[in-house]
Amino acid sequence: MSTISDVHSDHEEHHHAPRGLMRWVLTTNHKDIGSMYLWFSFAMFIVGGAMAMIIRAELFQPGLQLVEPNFFNQMTTVHGLIMVFGAVMPAFTGLANWLVPMMIGAPDMALPRMNNWSFWILPFAFSILLASLFMEGGGPNFGWTFYAPLSTKYSPDSTALFVFAIHIMGISSIMGAINVIVTIMNLRAPGMTYMKLPLFVWTWFITAFLLIAVMPVLAGAVTMVLTDKYFGTSFFDAAGGGDPVLFQHIFWFFGHPEVYIMILPSFGIISAIVPAFSRKPLFGYSSMVYATASIAGLSFVVWAHHMFTTGMPVEAELFFMFCTMLISVPTGVKVFNWVATMWKGSLTFETPMLFAIAFIVLFTIGGFSGLMLAITPVDFQYHDTYFVVAHFHYVLVTGAIFSIMAAAYYWLPKWSGRMYDEGLGRLHFWCSLVSVNVLFFPMHFLGLGGMPRRIPDYALQFADVNAIVSIGGFAFGLSQFIFLYLVIKCIRSGEPAPAKPWEGAEGLEWDNLPSPAPYHSFTTPPEIK
Amino acid sequence: MGRWIQLLVLTFFSPHLFAQEMSFNLRPGVTAISEQVYGLHMTIFYICCAIGVLVFGAMFWSIYHHRKSKGAVPAQFHESTKVEIIWTIIPFIILIGMAIPATKTLLAMEDPSDADITIQVTGSQWKWHYKYFDQDLEFYSVMASDWDEVNGKLEKRKNYLLEVDHPLVLPIGKKVRFLMTSEDVIHSWWVPDFAVKKDANPGFINEAWTIIDKPGIYRGQCAELCGKDHGFMPIVVIAKPQAEYDAWLAEKEAAYLAKQAQELELVAMTMQQDELMSLGEKVYEKSCAACHQVNGLGLPGVFPALKDSPIALGDVTKHIEVVVNGEPGTAMQAFGKQLGLKELAAVITYERNAWGNDTGDLVQAKDVVAVQNAAQ
Repeated sequence: MSTISDVHSDHEEHHHAPRGLMRWVLTTNHKDIGSMYLWFSFAMFIVGGAMAMIIRAELFQPGLQLVEPNFFNQMTTVHGLIMVFGAVMPAFTGLANWLVPMMIGAPDMALPRMNNWSFWILPFAFSILLASLFMEGGGPNFGWTFYAPLSTKYSPDSTALFVFAIHIMGISSIMGAINVIVTIMNLRAPGMTYMKLPLFVWTWFITAFLLIAVMPVLAGAVTMVLTDKYFGTSFFDAAGGGDPVLFQHIFWFFGHPEVYIMILPSFGIISAIVPAFSRKPLFGYSSMVYATASIAGLSFVVWAHHMFTTGMPVEAELFFMFCTMLISVPTGVKVFNWVATMWKGSLTFETPMLFAIAFIVLFTIGGFSGLMLAITPVDFQYHDTYFVVAHFHYVLVTGAIFSIMAAAYYWLPKWSGRMYDEGLGRLHFWCSLVSVNVLFFPMHFLGLGGMPRRIPDYALQFADVNAIVSIGGFAFGLSQFIFLYLVIKCIRSGEPAPAKPWEGAEGLEWDNLPSPAPYHSFTTPPEIK
Repeated sequence: MGRWIQLLVLTFFSPHLFAQEMSFNLRPGVTAISEQVYGLHMTIFYICCAIGVLVFGAMFWSIYHHRKSKGAVPAQFHESTKVEIIWTIIPFIILIGMAIPATKTLLAMEDPSDADITIQVTGSQWKWHYKYFDQDLEFYSVMASDWDEVNGKLEKRKNYLLEVDHPLVLPIGKKVRFLMTSEDVIHSWWVPDFAVKKDANPGFINEAWTIIDKPGIYRGQCAELCGKDHGFMPIVVIAKPQAEYDAWLAEKEAAYLAKQAQELELVAMTMQQDELMSLGEKVYEKSCAACHQVNGLGLPGVFPALKDSPIALGDVTKHIEVVVNGEPGTAMQAFGKQLGLKELAAVITYERNAWGNDTGDLVQAKDVVAVQNAAQ
């Protein structure tokens, strides 16, 4: 350990990399690229969040006050696209870049040049997507699910830009996934067998296979939209022998694994943080691995539960209902394992642990509403209402994003070599926790009360609850600037962090590397116990 | 700051907000199926609550008692195959218990056989069309709330956004089958009190059914994003006892036939410019302004302008054709069926003479009939 830190403690002197902007443009280093992914993701989180603020401001009162319905639809669409493809997915790729080589005892990612490219095409993809908002006729306004024929015959002229942007995002994701798989399969230190891999590595390994399986399907869907709109094909047009529901099958065959792509790495993060602050090994490591794999497998046979109202045969509805209900079994196993890990531990509650506990509780609430949505006869009532909006924001915001926050707090000392301000971290946590529930919990009631989603105006009985939801939204949005300030403060003037700032933390990155981690993680493989 | 407080106070205390109570839970509805659905909803909700109490209970017990500050020493156990098997099997059994009643209800919901009445429901941007299969009766149903209410120029009335000009009227106690389809994008016909939500897919027909137990007025909305005015596409169903329903049906049919006869007479009539323009403006605001806008400027890049447009200034016959038959492959609908001859003539006249278009052309009912006949 000490030899490694001696050699690399001041890498700038013998590492003749370009400086300034070109260092970042040309870098092939997994840590530089990981940092860029994370900052990019945060920037997109703010942009997508600003759109959510426009949505919530318009919905603060009944009637149309601020925006036109067409612009409102663009906001809901682009908010969804930015948050899914710009905020959550790049954040996980950034974490994988930073952590996977350190966790498996590798010097870097296996394909560093591709790594550079997979990041650097992303800003172009999102520039194209955002630029389309300023075109005549506006940007995409057909929902992030872009159902045909709304996205084909009836879409704005800018749809080709949307398609191109999605293609670039997909290429970026696939390259990132290939890199993760190749790295994990080839660059593990001797003795780091598969069943010794930290769960974050395991969950990302499985996620990467999901990405490679479904991103081409998304690319196919957008290409078919492109040719239907511009080249006279009729994939989704009954008049030419096509079927609009075919689009939904293709989209959700991508879309359902996609939602697990956005949550499996979270499971890995929580499985690292909960044992660390319980000072107790993770309960049921191997069942966690099997549960992750079975969730991934099941994710391919549940897609049509997004489509119960499209008029499927009843046999198909039953099949998808049963498979969907089945997913709650491995997911339940995970939650039980985390609770069992905490049980009889020696708990402390630093910010990463606070976010992890909030994740377990709130993600489980999202899981409960997911189970309710799986019951097909009742889904007819929930479908396309705010109940669904509440459900997927519980699993994506208090699920995926809370886990990303937890990871950022947990590994920030390792990345920056400095400690963050614990008081500010707790302030950020409590502000986020309270406001996010004011924001999303009442949405369950709106949905059950009968408010459809994706509407810019609503009937008068929904006014009070919508006002409360909007206030929660503004508060949650503002709370995230505490995090930004905290990270900048940590990097500039935080206390120097020891190699292992968390008493119960385990793993190569804590035991075998100093803080901050050296530019090249392991040039000689560590010894695995 | 003062403005914000004012806005907050206004939001929470303005009287119209209390006009209608919001239900915080699913409503049991007014059909046997909707009551079963409500029962399933409550069962699965209570199951989730019970699991939540157990899991979160154990977790918060641990958070309270097993904290380091209380001197807790960590145990080192980290696996137990027995426990893992137990907490895999128990949820599985609960799920089977839940799946059985859900399957029963689903099978009942998906059986539209032996219907007494069939209604064809057709969605289009942004209105519903109802056709009574066994009668000579069909009509469009459009939101009745005023756009000035939406834009804050008029006080919002009690059923704001949930009222239509021509509601669907159904008898109680009869099995009503719905055939859903669409003329453009996908819409979804949803009335919460019936637990019926079914997508209307263009080019395909979906089935759904209901038997309404209680007379009353039931309101719903389009549930699938269908473009700009998706939020302004309500559904109103009035359920009446059989006798009242029959009376309504007879009256409606008579009116429908009388209107068709009147249409024929119109062909011979000539209307003056003032009459055409004032009627045309009304029709335009109701049927055309959603896309082409009240000022005729459209939404650039989405919906074309009519002011100075080649169609409104060009050949009259071509203009009538576009309005009557629509423009395939675009959002322009065929209005030949949606509007009467007089209304069509008036609105086309209006489009050719409003906003400085000033062609001076007057379109009469007979011109419209000529185009309609040519198309057949």
